[in-house]
Amino acid sequence: MGYASKRTITFHFLSETRYRAVPVQLSLHAFSFRFDFMLPIVEHPAAAKAFVTDPNRSRWHDQALWFVRSKRDLQAGSIPEWEYLRETASAIKTHTIANLGDYLEQFERNATARGAIVHWARDGEHHNQIVLKILQQHRAHRIVKSKSMLTEECGLNHYLEDNGIDVVDTDLGERIVQLRGETPSHIVLPAIHIKKEEVGDTFHKHLGTDEGASDPKYLAEAARGDLRDKFLAGEVGITGVNFAIAETGGFVICTNEGNADLGTSLPRVHIACMGIEKLLPRQQDLGVFTRLLARSATGQPITSYTSHFNGPRDENSELHIVLVDNGRTKLRESETFRAAMHCIRCGACMNTCPVYRRSGGHSYRATVPGPIGSVLSPTRDANTYKSLPYACSLCGSCSDVCPVKIPLHHQLLAWRGELVGKKLLPRSKRWSMAMASLLFRSPRMFALSGKIGRAALRILPRWATHNRFNKWTIARELPLPPNESFRQWHRKHRSK
Amino acid sequence: MTDTPQADVSARQSILDRIRTKQVHSAPLPTIDFQRVQSFDDPLDRFAQSLVSVGGQAHMVDSVNDVKPIMDQIPVFRDASQIVSLVPECIRGTVDTAAIHDPHTLSDVDWTIARGEFLVAENGSIWVDGNTLPHRVLLFIAQYLAIVVPKSEIVATMHHAYQRIEGFDGRFGIFVSGPSKTADIEQSLVLGAHGCRKLQVFIVDQM
Repeated sequence: MGYASKRTITFHFLSETRYRAVPVQLSLHAFSFRFDFMLPIVEHPAAAKAFVTDPNRSRWHDQALWFVRSKRDLQAGSIPEWEYLRETASAIKTHTIANLGDYLEQFERNATARGAIVHWARDGEHHNQIVLKILQQHRAHRIVKSKSMLTEECGLNHYLEDNGIDVVDTDLGERIVQLRGETPSHIVLPAIHIKKEEVGDTFHKHLGTDEGASDPKYLAEAARGDLRDKFLAGEVGITGVNFAIAETGGFVICTNEGNADLGTSLPRVHIACMGIEKLLPRQQDLGVFTRLLARSATGQPITSYTSHFNGPRDENSELHIVLVDNGRTKLRESETFRAAMHCIRCGACMNTCPVYRRSGGHSYRATVPGPIGSVLSPTRDANTYKSLPYACSLCGSCSDVCPVKIPLHHQLLAWRGELVGKKLLPRSKRWSMAMASLLFRSPRMFALSGKIGRAALRILPRWATHNRFNKWTIARELPLPPNESFRQWHRKHRSK
Repeated sequence: MTDTPQADVSARQSILDRIRTKQVHSAPLPTIDFQRVQSFDDPLDRFAQSLVSVGGQAHMVDSVNDVKPIMDQIPVFRDASQIVSLVPECIRGTVDTAAIHDPHTLSDVDWTIARGEFLVAENGSIWVDGNTLPHRVLLFIAQYLAIVVPKSEIVATMHHAYQRIEGFDGRFGIFVSGPSKTADIEQSLVLGAHGCRKLQVFIVDQM
């Protein structure tokens, strides 16, 4: 367990004394959630503990996301061809990812012909360097940025800030988490974990709103006023990309707030950062994806703004497009996990996930949390993120709502198999599994242990099972022992 | 990254090489079967309903002359001083965009009256062709937005919409659906995030 973080990491020792008694194992579990790259091993159960055990927050968060999920259901149900759209979207993505090399080259050719400058980045660090270089060429120090999970993934904000550049996140949710020194806890609803009173405190501190004010309308208006000035002062606009079109060399950005549009129609320079999986072959494919995206994400029929950018704004403007790999080509090589590249970052799997809804996005310690994050993160670093495929009850709801039909729960199960193969499970789990395997192979041992178990349930005092060494019983009661075993029952009834 | 352009070329090559060393076979690209796509008995009614659901307001009018009287009933229009009109036959603007080169100078625009090309019934969105905008920012920087669209120009779904703009060659085009909005504070919907606070759509019979 190495400490590889470049920054100071605050240790949050778990407060309960019984955990302190085993510091070697448990003190490593819970870190502050500021930095998700190069972190030590993430233990999801420990990382989620504070959130889950706060009954107000966990339940409130659960309900907020379930509300979004319900809105999604209404929208999906209103379209008779919904399943046909999902199948088509999945087939388009499968085809695109299979032929990604050709489509990337086609996109580059067409984007260049329209006057855009296309850059290729191997990884997050390389991406950040490319962006910084463009900014330096323009001597730009004030950047307005709209939502981009890719730049979060690459840690762009910190990189630029370290190089003396002021980055303002303009999506309201991202602005809230930025002012609070946090990271988004959800890919579409970055501040879903924060209560309005907390937003009020943050805005009071940073924007000078009235103390104690928590009316969302008032707070949003204050942010609008503050960010207007930032927009007008911005020297370069940085955005993500929702869909890039190979046949046109253009791309599409979807927002509700209009921040990507305001941020790119004022400054002369626009930098659009995209993962290489964002490609679609043809413009007509957008018909399928624009119908699915907002409905799946927030239960809206479409986002307020669906903007199509083809080349720079005019002859005096510049458009840079940064195509980022950062592990995507590696993911593409895996037959089992390749379909995760279909993801259009709608967040539907998070909104429906019973584990995510109760444990909050920060418990995953990754840019992309929830079911899709639990598939993607271990491909980046299996050892660090080995607990995430277990943050799942295998209920399969994520696979049911995914608009591009990623078999998420199958992939999460497949990850568990991989982790066992890589011997990345803790000894306690590996040994108990090996023991169970022995037990199940020997009928006599099985019968004997059953007998012991039933007797133990009857006679053991509570402290023998419910103690600090047995995590399983933290929130569980043991069953009442049956009067007879199945074997006994079977023998009795067969002999008759 | 190093400073030489070759460095970018090498990243490009290594990404493409890595993709091409792993051959993946797939079925050909599917194309949407329009027979399987929903349609509406009354697309205009559906549009109006969808627009209301996303926070916009639709007005059905007979001619371009009917737009101004309706706008005059809106207090924030009556009191507005900075009006950019790209549909002068409906509303006469007070700001001449021909004289403006820097989009930043449009920061105090109260209203933009824009031209929409067509309506999309399923989601209440309107396609605006960037070529009709002297400055792209006009759609987003104005406090309020009105879009005027001919009644005959309506399609059922986004599939039809993209069929209609197939080969679109402009630098910018946008589907606008309702005013700008946010629900980032406790999922409470607030209209007027960064762009327009309200959206009026005029659907004109004879235009």
